[in-house]
Amino acid sequence: MVEDVSSPAHQSYERLHATGEFAELKSSYLGFVVPVTIGFMLWYFLYVVLSNWAPGFMGTKVVGNINVALVFGLLQFLSTFGIAWAYQRFSARRMDPLADELRAEFEREVGA
Amino acid sequence: MTNLVLAAVEGTSDHRGLTAALFLVVVLLTVGITFWASRNTKTAADYYAGGRSFTGAQNGLAVAGDYMSAASFLGISGAIALSGYDGFLYSIGFLVAWLVALLLIAELLRNSGRFTMADQLAYRMKQRPVRTAAATSTVIVSIFYLLAQMVGAGALVALLLGIEGDALKNFTIAAVGVLMIFYVVVGGMKGTTWVQIVKAVLLMVGTVLITVLVLAKFGFNLSELLGTAAANSGHGQAFLEPGLKYGVSTTSKLDFVSLAIALVLGTAGLPHILIRFYTVPTARDARKSVMWAIALIGAFYLMTLVLGFGAAALVTGDAKQRIVDSGGNLASPLLAQAVGGGAGSTSGAVLLALISAVAFATILAVVAGLTLTSASSVAHDLYANVWKKGTASEKDEVKMARIAAFIIGGVAIVLAIPGQKLNVAFLVALAFAVAASANLPALLYNLFWKRFTTRGAVWSIYGGLISAVGLVFFSPTVSGAETALFPNGDWAWFPLANPGIVSVPLGFLFGWLGTVTSTDRTSESHFTELEVRSLTGAGAAK
Repeated sequence: MVEDVSSPAHQSYERLHATGEFAELKSSYLGFVVPVTIGFMLWYFLYVVLSNWAPGFMGTKVVGNINVALVFGLLQFLSTFGIAWAYQRFSARRMDPLADELRAEFEREVGA
Repeated sequence: MTNLVLAAVEGTSDHRGLTAALFLVVVLLTVGITFWASRNTKTAADYYAGGRSFTGAQNGLAVAGDYMSAASFLGISGAIALSGYDGFLYSIGFLVAWLVALLLIAELLRNSGRFTMADQLAYRMKQRPVRTAAATSTVIVSIFYLLAQMVGAGALVALLLGIEGDALKNFTIAAVGVLMIFYVVVGGMKGTTWVQIVKAVLLMVGTVLITVLVLAKFGFNLSELLGTAAANSGHGQAFLEPGLKYGVSTTSKLDFVSLAIALVLGTAGLPHILIRFYTVPTARDARKSVMWAIALIGAFYLMTLVLGFGAAALVTGDAKQRIVDSGGNLASPLLAQAVGGGAGSTSGAVLLALISAVAFATILAVVAGLTLTSASSVAHDLYANVWKKGTASEKDEVKMARIAAFIIGGVAIVLAIPGQKLNVAFLVALAFAVAASANLPALLYNLFWKRFTTRGAVWSIYGGLISAVGLVFFSPTVSGAETALFPNGDWAWFPLANPGIVSVPLGFLFGWLGTVTSTDRTSESHFTELEVRSLTGAGAAK
């Protein structure tokens, strides 16, 4: 262990782990990050695979000299910004209040 | 230093004098900051984690400053200038990767670790084997990355100052090394962080300036910029489509997929990035740091697109040949000169000098971050916890970190000087591959898999590390090709330059195998604590 966890701290961790709030915190966290991670990985590797193996499609002109490849690349930026923003919003609304409450309980029981 | 001053005095008529003068400004500014930061560095938390006192925005800038190396700044715009679209394709992996750090690593790491990557891995494992493995991987990743940066620095500074000769390159490497040791030994994490913040601000300001000037030449019409770039590139429309660099054969296509895997999964396993999350007071600030870093890094790569195509469109004649000769590294500086009015014009010289100074600041900030990371791991993991078994005093530990920084910096200088004769550019990609194959599997298993054991952690780290390094050793980057490290030998049986496509699954496989073959269940009993602590911050290091 990095730090030796005292017996009261250990008991508090065990107790908090069993609460409904913690179960909710954990499931809302995993419920967001697992599908989103799988999603952006598939989306990124779709882009890599199309760039490698579908040059004709990627070279199609959209407007002026802007082709599908460029639009696809720019969409990767947009999706990255969008996912980051959505995660920030989600965690501030759904996770932070629960985490604050549980941490406050821990600090009351064990001392900050 | 004397050479720089001499160059400044001699060359006042052209950009070299100005460039050298601006280099001096960067040196003086960062040295001053380091002295200022050192006044408040007393405890171990000060030295390793800057007293955990940085705000999310400050740390976001520092993360961006730590991450965007000269290879990004000069290399990617150069890759776009020379191979068009494929350079842009390459840059995107470096950004998307930050989602892994944001969603899965940053906050949980901040809550469950203290100073090093090993702190997190050793949380519920046997200290000595896990820390030894994690420190080995930390030092190897950081040294690979550091060597690539320092070897590049010698050539780059010589190019930017426009001076030839091995003596100057050797001197530059030694000077960069000495400065880096100074920042880390004297300033610790606080000094290093401020150097990175200054660098990030300079980099963003410089890049925005050149981007606006380039776009203004085309009436802010991106399509026109792309058209001119394609026409002047000599490749026509193919310049705007994927394929010029990575699409030449099935092997090169697979190699790119392998590189993409290493980039996307490696970023969140780079030790010098991970330790930055300890410099903020809470996990929420770690989240904010990554948000800032994503905004800055994303904006930067978008502008790199303009710089790269801008260089292809606007840099002509002799300067264009110089970009080709430099392997693309001079694309941004020479573009700055071109949009400023071309060679011989005062504004061209000013912009060239400015961008060169930004590149110099970039090198300094990145090498300092890497040296600090290795030194922290040697002192905190190997010395204090493996050797002294946690009995070392804080004062001794920090002293050891400073000694380690001195030694690591010295070794890096000694290796980088002869390293100039070798083609070591592959070391950056290898550092990402090791981070993705050795570090990330162990971190993810430790955070999310209750059953994960000490043996699993040790096997995944050494397994991923040996697979990645071993495959590169048997690849055409090391032997069997003209551009290889050892062009005269041939023991290359692995066809890809990038090992990630094989070594990342192997890292995960070894972690799983080590766990299921182990009967030790002690790590499971602490998983409850790790889960509560990493998700809520209860009991997190303050």
